[in-house]
Amino acid sequence: MKYIDEYRNRDLVMKLADHINRSVRRDYIFMEVCGGHTAAIHRFGIPSLLSGNVKLVSGPGCPVCVTGTDFIDKAIAYSKLEQVIIATFGDMIRVPGSVSSLEKEKAAGADVRIVFSGLDALEIARINTEQRVIFLGIGFETTAPGTAVTIALAERDHIENFFLLCAHKVMPPAMETIIKEGVNLDGFICPGHVAAITGSDAFLFIAEKYNLGCVITGFEPVDILQSILMLLNQVNRKTPKVEIQYNRAVTERGNIIAQRHLSHVFESGDEQWRGFGVIPGSGLRLRKEYEKFDAEKMFPVITKLREEDILCICGDILRGLKTPEDCALFKNKCVPENPVGACMVSDEGACNTWHKYKFNG
Amino acid sequence: MKGHAIHGINTNLMGDFISLNQGSGGKLTHQLIEKVFVKQFGMVKPLTDSAILNDSGYTYAFTTDSYVVDPLFFPGGNIGKLAVCGTVNDLAVSGAEPRFIAASFIIEEGFPMSDLIVIAESMAEEALKAGVKIVTGDTKVIDKGKCDKLFITTSGTGLLKPELEHISTGRQIKPGDKLIINGPVGNHAIAVLGARNNLSFSTPVISDCASLNHLINNVLQRCNEIRFMRDLTRGGLATVLNELAGMIKSGISIDEASVPVDSPVKGLCEMLGFDPLYLANEGKILIVASAGEAKKVLDILRSDPLGKHSELIGEIIPHKRNLVVLNTSIGGKRILDMPSGHQLPRIC
Repeated sequence: MKYIDEYRNRDLVMKLADHINRSVRRDYIFMEVCGGHTAAIHRFGIPSLLSGNVKLVSGPGCPVCVTGTDFIDKAIAYSKLEQVIIATFGDMIRVPGSVSSLEKEKAAGADVRIVFSGLDALEIARINTEQRVIFLGIGFETTAPGTAVTIALAERDHIENFFLLCAHKVMPPAMETIIKEGVNLDGFICPGHVAAITGSDAFLFIAEKYNLGCVITGFEPVDILQSILMLLNQVNRKTPKVEIQYNRAVTERGNIIAQRHLSHVFESGDEQWRGFGVIPGSGLRLRKEYEKFDAEKMFPVITKLREEDILCICGDILRGLKTPEDCALFKNKCVPENPVGACMVSDEGACNTWHKYKFNG
Repeated sequence: MKGHAIHGINTNLMGDFISLNQGSGGKLTHQLIEKVFVKQFGMVKPLTDSAILNDSGYTYAFTTDSYVVDPLFFPGGNIGKLAVCGTVNDLAVSGAEPRFIAASFIIEEGFPMSDLIVIAESMAEEALKAGVKIVTGDTKVIDKGKCDKLFITTSGTGLLKPELEHISTGRQIKPGDKLIINGPVGNHAIAVLGARNNLSFSTPVISDCASLNHLINNVLQRCNEIRFMRDLTRGGLATVLNELAGMIKSGISIDEASVPVDSPVKGLCEMLGFDPLYLANEGKILIVASAGEAKKVLDILRSDPLGKHSELIGEIIPHKRNLVVLNTSIGGKRILDMPSGHQLPRIC
């Protein structure tokens, strides 16, 4: 298949892996901050090709994983209201809140529907005019423009029963938080899809201010290995910079149209990240003129703030401090069919991918 | 959610209400069957798709399956054809010769008579092709809105030669035995998904729905070292491999590049994030044969239109943790786990 087979070419993969392993001069730790990368790395068995000196750690790149328990609790509280339909991406329904999940509420009778985009949710609102449809806005700069377009269409078409429960986030502030926390890293495998929207320039401050290399990376094995090699060379030559490996999709300035949609509908706000707490300027809020679509403003629900399972180390895993195998619950009390932490739920979560794919010989 | 006991069954981990995931065919389905049905019915393990019954000097295979596919008609078949093929295949992979089928229909009030006739015709046609007789059944009509159009349950039975009794349990499998499949995986799931969502493919994807009993019979007649067979339905190849590894307490090594997947299926999987190894098939079997006989099995399969694209995909390896190890197409290694959630509900 074009654009797939070329990037999964076994000979090329082997050559790149060999090149990486021959270029190793010390230990290196690179962090990927996109769930798509986490899944691809383990699905293709990339760690099994690399010298033990190159360690790949997962950062907060899985949108489901970084969504706070409080958000799930709110969504559940909304799902219990009369005349409410919750429309959400499929991954979210299994994420445990503090006492339940949307999946359990659905089985118990709540109207929770899986959609592939905000536009599907808007369509549900058009058909069910007597119901209030709440779309769960999850994801980074990749999914947020879709939500922005949906809100603009709802405004244009005067859809009054469509609402957004928003947890959209932007990635660079979270990366900066990780650096500031002093997590031991040699560079970032930067998110290709996020950068397709933001442009690679959004990551310049990481190289300039913190002397850490960034390579904007595609999602196939050759992409990932080539990026690891580029990062390794940056470290060896002591030339941290922002490079674009994924140049078939990413430019320095990004997708201007998508950026325009985003800034038209959203403004920057502080946002709660699971495992991190509140990161200033890392969230997207509906602008005042679109407030009528904000579920929390139009009909707020009250949830109790509860402690997360104290044994779950999702927070440390998302910050690259620990790996899933460091967790006492991993493969024990916490498994994909009964997840304790969000990282075990999504196909892109670090714990889920380790559980599903990681082969220890 | 805190677990508690209902009539002596610990519902911990299962939840208070049935969720769609518990019908996926994966881990949660197994858990449900184990905790609710096996315990109540006192069933004997290993649990296989057909029960093997000894009575009055004869050995029978006996099986049943319900069909809830949505939509009822899809490229390559319909719910009726599926209901016959599925039961025929469940019997045939246990080594039995399928003979008699019962069919029950739950029909929603208002269902078009013409559709029911077409579905019954397909069932008759497929039964004739497979050489089985539909001998009894039941019909219920439910108020409009209380069931979705049409559900069919088929049960079937057939005689099993004593020398083939080991096939459904895999108890003769040894390290070094080879794994073979009779063609590309994932076509049924993608065909149904396409029909459900009105997706149009540039190359049409047709369900592989077919009765495989003649193909299987051909293999069994001419080979003596067939260790195991299973049809790769709900949960796909990955699920069957994990069930097998668990049953035989051994490891399995699979070469990803050798598992055939048709291009359009691959493309759609890339787009929607499905893994073809987990997708349902309705005309695919996994055969485990001795290393010495693997080539002969492949040749026999490839000489039949239903096995034209057969491939050797891996082998049984000694491994203490019953793992399925996948040698990835790029040369890496990872485990191939049992699915834990639903990929696509109502696929069969």
